[in-house]
Amino acid sequence: MTNFINNFGIILYATLIYTTPLLYAALGSCFSEVSGVVNIGIEGMMTAGAFTGTVVAYFTGNPWIGFLCGGLAGAFFGMLHAIATVNLGADQTIAGTAINMLGPGIVIMIAKVMFNSTDTIPLEASMKIPRLFRGVFDTATVFGRFMDNVFANYASTYLVFLAVLIVWFVFYKTRFGLRLRACGEHPQACETLGINVLRMRFLCVCISGFLAGLGGACVTMAISTQFRPISIVGQGFIAIAAVIFGKFRPQGALLGCLLFGFCSGLKVVLGGSSGVNMQLISMIPYVVTVIVLILFVGKSRVPSANGKPFVKSK
Amino acid sequence: MTKKKSFLDFVSENRFIHILLSILLGFLVGAIFLAIMGLSVGEAYGRLISSVTSLKGFSYVVVYAIPYIVVGLSVAFSFKTGVFNIGAEGQFVVGSMAAAVVGILAGNLPKPLLIPLCFLAAMAAGAIWGVIVGFLKTRWGINEVLSMIMFNWIAFYLSNFIAGIPAIHSDGTAEATKNISSNASTLLSKDLINRLGLAPTANWGILVAVVMTLLVWFIIEKTTLGYELKAVGYNKFAAEYGGIHVNRSILTALAISGALAGLGGALQLMGMGSRISVFSSQEGFGFAGIVVALIGCSNPFGVFIAGIFYGALMYGGSKLNLVGAPTQLINVIVGTVVFFIAISVIFENLKYLKKKAKAPVKPAAPAAEKEGEQK
Amino acid sequence: MSKQYVDMSTPVIEMRNIVKKFGDFVANDGINLTVHKGEIHAILGENGAGKSTLMNQLYGLLKPTSGDILVNGKKIEMNNPRDAIDAGIGMVHQHFMLVQPFTVTENIVLGTEPTKGVKLDMATARKNVVEISERYGLSIDPDAKIEDISVGMQQRVEILKALYRGADILILDEPTSSLTPQEIVELIDIMHNLVKDGKSIIIITHKLKEIKESADFCTIIRMGKYIDTVDVDEVDENDLASMMVGRKVTFVVDKPAQEPGEVVLDVKDLHCKDYRGVEIVKGLNLQVRRGEIVGIAGIDGNGQTELVEVITGLRKGVSGQVLVNGVDVFNKSPAFGFDHGVSSIPADRQKHGLVLDFSIEDNLILQNYGEEPFSQKAILKRDPIFSHASDSIEKYDIRPRNSEKRPAGTLSGGNQQKVIIAREVQNDKDLLIAVNPTRGLDVGAIEYVHKYIVDQRNKGKAVLLVSFELDEIMSLSDIIDVIFDGQIVSSIPGSEANENDLGLMMAGGKQA
Repeated sequence: MTNFINNFGIILYATLIYTTPLLYAALGSCFSEVSGVVNIGIEGMMTAGAFTGTVVAYFTGNPWIGFLCGGLAGAFFGMLHAIATVNLGADQTIAGTAINMLGPGIVIMIAKVMFNSTDTIPLEASMKIPRLFRGVFDTATVFGRFMDNVFANYASTYLVFLAVLIVWFVFYKTRFGLRLRACGEHPQACETLGINVLRMRFLCVCISGFLAGLGGACVTMAISTQFRPISIVGQGFIAIAAVIFGKFRPQGALLGCLLFGFCSGLKVVLGGSSGVNMQLISMIPYVVTVIVLILFVGKSRVPSANGKPFVKSK
Repeated sequence: MTKKKSFLDFVSENRFIHILLSILLGFLVGAIFLAIMGLSVGEAYGRLISSVTSLKGFSYVVVYAIPYIVVGLSVAFSFKTGVFNIGAEGQFVVGSMAAAVVGILAGNLPKPLLIPLCFLAAMAAGAIWGVIVGFLKTRWGINEVLSMIMFNWIAFYLSNFIAGIPAIHSDGTAEATKNISSNASTLLSKDLINRLGLAPTANWGILVAVVMTLLVWFIIEKTTLGYELKAVGYNKFAAEYGGIHVNRSILTALAISGALAGLGGALQLMGMGSRISVFSSQEGFGFAGIVVALIGCSNPFGVFIAGIFYGALMYGGSKLNLVGAPTQLINVIVGTVVFFIAISVIFENLKYLKKKAKAPVKPAAPAAEKEGEQK
Repeated sequence: MSKQYVDMSTPVIEMRNIVKKFGDFVANDGINLTVHKGEIHAILGENGAGKSTLMNQLYGLLKPTSGDILVNGKKIEMNNPRDAIDAGIGMVHQHFMLVQPFTVTENIVLGTEPTKGVKLDMATARKNVVEISERYGLSIDPDAKIEDISVGMQQRVEILKALYRGADILILDEPTSSLTPQEIVELIDIMHNLVKDGKSIIIITHKLKEIKESADFCTIIRMGKYIDTVDVDEVDENDLASMMVGRKVTFVVDKPAQEPGEVVLDVKDLHCKDYRGVEIVKGLNLQVRRGEIVGIAGIDGNGQTELVEVITGLRKGVSGQVLVNGVDVFNKSPAFGFDHGVSSIPADRQKHGLVLDFSIEDNLILQNYGEEPFSQKAILKRDPIFSHASDSIEKYDIRPRNSEKRPAGTLSGGNQQKVIIAREVQNDKDLLIAVNPTRGLDVGAIEYVHKYIVDQRNKGKAVLLVSFELDEIMSLSDIIDVIFDGQIVSSIPGSEANENDLGLMMAGGKQA
């Protein structure tokens, strides 16, 4: 029993660990997609954030400045995507593909020049994003062990749940959110009401880059201690999948990311203990996602104007 | 309006020129990065060019290009038929693994039998991978981009799993499969390679790529099947109204696209790799296929040329470190090229440079004629 | 109109010598317009004449190439709709600018949302919306989602949107295009109430009768040029029509009397559901015989769309029979229906009728690309395809000429419709279904489309015509079937129909 509770705690811990970066990126994806811009460049934006976050933290010694700069680096690539898709009416898939090449390409090249290696120098513990509840629980008791296991997480994890709440509030309870959703559904209507659709979408794509950048930064500043070319391998796409899964709602994306994180957490524990093949276990999150889609979720209602460039007449 | 076309008009209207300009700008951005790093642009680009223009170098380029071309065709075919095959990666992986399994287990078969069998196995595996996604879409309405991303990873771990099965796994210490039988290899004979001074991995897979290019072009442009698939891709409502079975077409399109990507996997394995390693991260062939399809404007012949170009960059790029430049520069260049292809509308607006008139993003139609645009 | 509310001393809108060019195309060429307080001013012109372009400039959606716009005597730069809204101008677009998944309240307040701190104040918004709807007598359900309410209701929401922003000048773009006669009467009432309140209204239309019934003055535009502004009381419909098209027009369709033959289409006890799963066709019976045109009159949303979709095989029904020449095509595929004698001109030509990215020649073989001579053994034969297109372009007067290889999307709406008609008529099927075949077309094109529909009838084909234009139904149909709430509630000979009775039946009020 004790063992089970322990394991369960570890699964929850791992769930949160895996969920965090996905969730930042998924929230970012929500902003872009709901405002009407397809953003498959999330992956590239995450990579930019992953590199920048850890490098800035390394040089400043301050994880929070690093974390913020990770976001800003993502936002920079978000801005590139916005210029292409919002202002110049580019095909959003092509532009996103370009971002996915440019992001990693540029940062790995910089890494090579700065460190003469494609990996950055590992952060010391003080430069990493802090763990908030370290040592708060008494690990001598079973319950304390459990709580310590679950809450051993980095501050970025708690922040992301706060971010879900904020994004939900912004989307559904504020003027900005109402307009943002309207832009993704019927941009012409917004324009006739004096809402500047282009500015709105531009901003949203930048925000999506910022959040994706934060997501990348938690990979290299919390989960791991350094940036490597394989730090971000597909998390951006998984985040997009989570958003489609969650029907383009932040609360839905949360569920999608948690499901994914939980399966990944399960994988860690099962992989360690059972005799089942590790490769097959690794498949679980992906297979479960598909099954859940078939059984419970079904069709995702895409925002009506998603993917369609808005051309303002002159 | 019978004025002689000016140079700028010509430039702004020609899609091919836009691609060339994008490529030029890509190299320009690359040069800027080189300059910032304090490296000689001339030396780096000189090395890039010299490494791909020798006979041996070019044979390397061709070898590199084979999978890019065929996966590029897969993605281009999907674009033409209205799906975005972001799942080419997974189809490539299962195709490659299917060919490996056949090439290992049926290694005693004679070459003329074994090679087609490997190709078929790869194409079937890729097609199945594509059709599963299509089925999820047509049966339950599940977004294909989402399920393709999932199936890319499922393919990834499936391949690693199969690589670990004793009958397949390498007898040595390598974390990889056994080598495929030499009867399944598409390599040119050692003699020929030595005599001509080609790359040691020179193989005749490029002929398959040529045949596939022609075949894809033929299907898209000349057959009723291509007509149906394109109609569904452009406007599935009108296609259905016209009596075309939309779901069947989507499945067919994904099967063909998947088969091509799977074949790409086989060609890569049988020409270059000869075994499959246990992956630690995705190989990126599917992704490369997307880029090649984009640079080639989804036109089969364009894709062929773009595949060679991409192969040249990848091979030439791997030599950049000889002059102290990071190989990642290539990704920056290619990313920039794709970025400018995305915003090629700026080239279309070049013709407004000389006129005083302001350049509209797109000449807006009179509002009265826009009816039907909005639902 | 009595002009009892018009204050001729107070011009609220003056547009002076407005020129608008798109590249080399002149959409508006020196247009003048003056509207006074309390006036209903109609703008009349054919499709493509430049009416909407003119109004989009007044509303700040487009910028004039030259010319001045004065509101309440003050020159105003309209850079975007915000400026127009601030100047007291509101616009109701022909294609409603409503966000489908949003509620009525959300749509009305969008862009000027009340807030409490950072939070949206939906309670206040709702209260304001209810208040304003009561003040102007425009009742609506503030909590309903747009996708769930009728077209007439949606139009009210649009009008309320403008009033909510304090508009004193309302622009209504083709406001009656999808309303029933009764709804049109209601709308005209609403308009009168508004001018009584001191508002001014500009109404864009090509319907002459409505101008006579509602407007005080009328400005006519033809091919981008200003023709005249007239006092509506001093002209009749024929005067207006000839000013609009620049020649005499005949509204009568030449249709010889003929005896209908055997039944081609026989729909029996048809039930089907709409996209939300609600039953919308409820036991419908319908017959169309050789050599006759049966017109379906009804308000949008009473099941006519779904009826046609079931007949053409696009939608699965719940139960019933759809016999075409005795063969049941119910719940088969569109291809099956086509093979057994169904051809159709769909309601939405850009969605269902054409593959806009395909060339004209490819669009012309959409159903028979798999047959000889267009293909052999699954290989397309380009020469016969091309010559078929050349013949069709010539015969059906599709413009521009030599456009065989041009994408259909580059043609004008009227010519796109001609491509569809060429295809469907040449398919030579026993049953032709035409849904809103002249929607958005100009007068010349309408005459043309009507001629081909009547030709098919004269050749002994069965024609089922579904249209929201009552005039069209009345002038073409041999028999008019009124659809209401998923059933045909009455069936009357076309020659005996009159608009008022039909209107009442369409609203479910009276049975013949």
